[in-house]
Amino acid sequence: MQYALSIFLSGISLGGQYALIAIGYTLVYGILRLINFAHGDVFMVAGLFMVYLSSWFPLWVALPLMLVLTVLLGFAIERAAYKPLRSAPRMSVMISAIGVSYLLQNLATYVTGGLPKSYPNLPLLSDSLVIGGVSTKWVTVITPFLVVALVFALTQLINHTKVGMAMRAVAKDFETSQLMGIKINSVISMTFIIGSALAGIGSMLYFTNYPSIVPLSGALPGLRAFVAAVFGGIGSIPGAVVGAFIIGMSESVIKGSPFSIFSDAFTFALLIVILVVKPTGLFGEKVTDKV
Amino acid sequence: MNEKKSKKGAFIALVCVAVLLALTIVLENTLDPTKNIMLFTVLKKGAVYALVASSMNLLNGFTGLFSLGQAGFMLLGAYTYAILTIPTDTRSAVYYLYGGCAINFSLPELFGGGAAGLILGVLIALILAGCVAAAVAWLIGLPVLRLKSDYLAIATLGFAEIIRAVFQWDKLGPVTNGANALKGFPTFSSFNIKGGLRLSTFVAFLLAAVCIGVILLLINSSYGRAFKAIREDEVAAEAMGINLSRHKRLSFCISSFFAGVGGGMFAMFATQAQAKTFTTAMTYEILLIVVIGGIGSISGSCIASFLYLACSEWWLRFLDTEVVLKSGFKVPLLRNGFRMVVFSIIIMVVVLFFRKGIMGDKELPDLFRARKNAKVKGGEGNG
Repeated sequence: MQYALSIFLSGISLGGQYALIAIGYTLVYGILRLINFAHGDVFMVAGLFMVYLSSWFPLWVALPLMLVLTVLLGFAIERAAYKPLRSAPRMSVMISAIGVSYLLQNLATYVTGGLPKSYPNLPLLSDSLVIGGVSTKWVTVITPFLVVALVFALTQLINHTKVGMAMRAVAKDFETSQLMGIKINSVISMTFIIGSALAGIGSMLYFTNYPSIVPLSGALPGLRAFVAAVFGGIGSIPGAVVGAFIIGMSESVIKGSPFSIFSDAFTFALLIVILVVKPTGLFGEKVTDKV
Repeated sequence: MNEKKSKKGAFIALVCVAVLLALTIVLENTLDPTKNIMLFTVLKKGAVYALVASSMNLLNGFTGLFSLGQAGFMLLGAYTYAILTIPTDTRSAVYYLYGGCAINFSLPELFGGGAAGLILGVLIALILAGCVAAAVAWLIGLPVLRLKSDYLAIATLGFAEIIRAVFQWDKLGPVTNGANALKGFPTFSSFNIKGGLRLSTFVAFLLAAVCIGVILLLINSSYGRAFKAIREDEVAAEAMGINLSRHKRLSFCISSFFAGVGGGMFAMFATQAQAKTFTTAMTYEILLIVVIGGIGSISGSCIASFLYLACSEWWLRFLDTEVVLKSGFKVPLLRNGFRMVVFSIIIMVVVLFFRKGIMGDKELPDLFRARKNAKVKGGEGNG
């Protein structure tokens, strides 16, 4: 019973952390039709920002500063690497995203010297508590609530503000919304800003559970979050969240079983099954191709 | 007229390849390999990567299927090759954790050992490596090839990860040696004749050249034209009577076959095969080579793979060492890891500003033809 509870708890918190990354993927994909391969690395860099900033500043400065820097990074990546390729074939943009991911990883290796950096202890989040005889960290409990709150705020933003309306319009039809006077570039920047901010928060929650960060520690969570986004139906925010919780839960269950080496394999197998059976995901809209 | 020209072109190409192969023999036997380790590393690894990049180009550049599974197929090839060629008496040492290997024969020994056994055994093992990769590709292709562009990319990437996990599984230990490396099989250096000619680089080049030649022949055949038609417009190609699923599957299997052979050659180069080397990062590396060389140009892929490896392993090495000038001035930024930063910035510049890469979609002979033909501007697409 205790074992099941501990697996459930870790699954829930993992799911929440993936959800925050997955939203970044889903928003960008919904608008640009681009798998932002660099998103997982933005997530990793956000963790590194926190490591360095918290050693220089007190926490109440470091935390907002980390979010600001992450947002700036996301914004800069979009402007530098994706905007010049807006009219290029989709494959070029994807290759550019892979290039950015490569660059971020190498930069991180250079700055950290390739050594694992230990993540700072955040007050409250890193404190441990006992639920039903299972000892865990506060972050496990806080994550799902924080995720739900953030997702609620985000859906409010998308459904009830002007920027949100513009985002929906751009996601629906790129060119027509341009004709309607929507400034495409600022909308796209906005999606990257939101995505990066959520990735920043996600990295804070995720890395609190892990002792250290290495330059490659963003790649796999990024891919898993992407799978979650596809699973839930890419372009849909509730879909991404539900998908992320399912992926997080199944990963936690498999990690606790004798087949732990297959946890990533299972995630990808799930992806392939869903792509073959229902390519639009759980909540995705059906798209018809026009010739 | 045209046919004559192409025959002449093929003849010239053959002569060029022969000269190149002769050059590698001369080079390896005049220069001391122990003093020029870097050069020969780049040459051998470059040959392997040229083959893998060409196979990826066949799929991504010529058929327009954006697949990121290359490392997975290389892994299959490397393991097949290694398992089939480790000498029987070293097997117990390699598989010491699992108390010996489940497969107890070695192809070079089956063919009687010695030079002939080595050549035949390695050749057949490489072909089988390709076949295993192609067979798995066929299976994977059944569900995956129905997907479009980025979904296909992520699904193939996922399959590569699944394959990697399966090969590291403990239960398969007696065959795959679990997460440990397979070693002791014939490598490129096994082809050096003792006290005589050194042939290791030559063998790498010869194998790569033959495989790339086959890929080129395929691209110039009716199948190749069908692939290009699919790349340009699937719907139009289908309307022209091209069987989409059949050609896509064919392209996927052939590409994986050569990736498998390339994987086997990579194992020969690295002198060991271990699942953890065949990561997604490796696929990305190969993809970047294809992009730098030009998507849709086999000769571009070959040139780019040598350039890429020479830069990343050799020419840019100096960026990794700290330099203090005589005046005591320490050159800033130079530190371990800086090489890869500079390198990835160069790659980003190519991706962003020279999207065509070195060759665009032209092959090497096209450039000469363009120069002869006054109407066409020469050197187009030279990034």
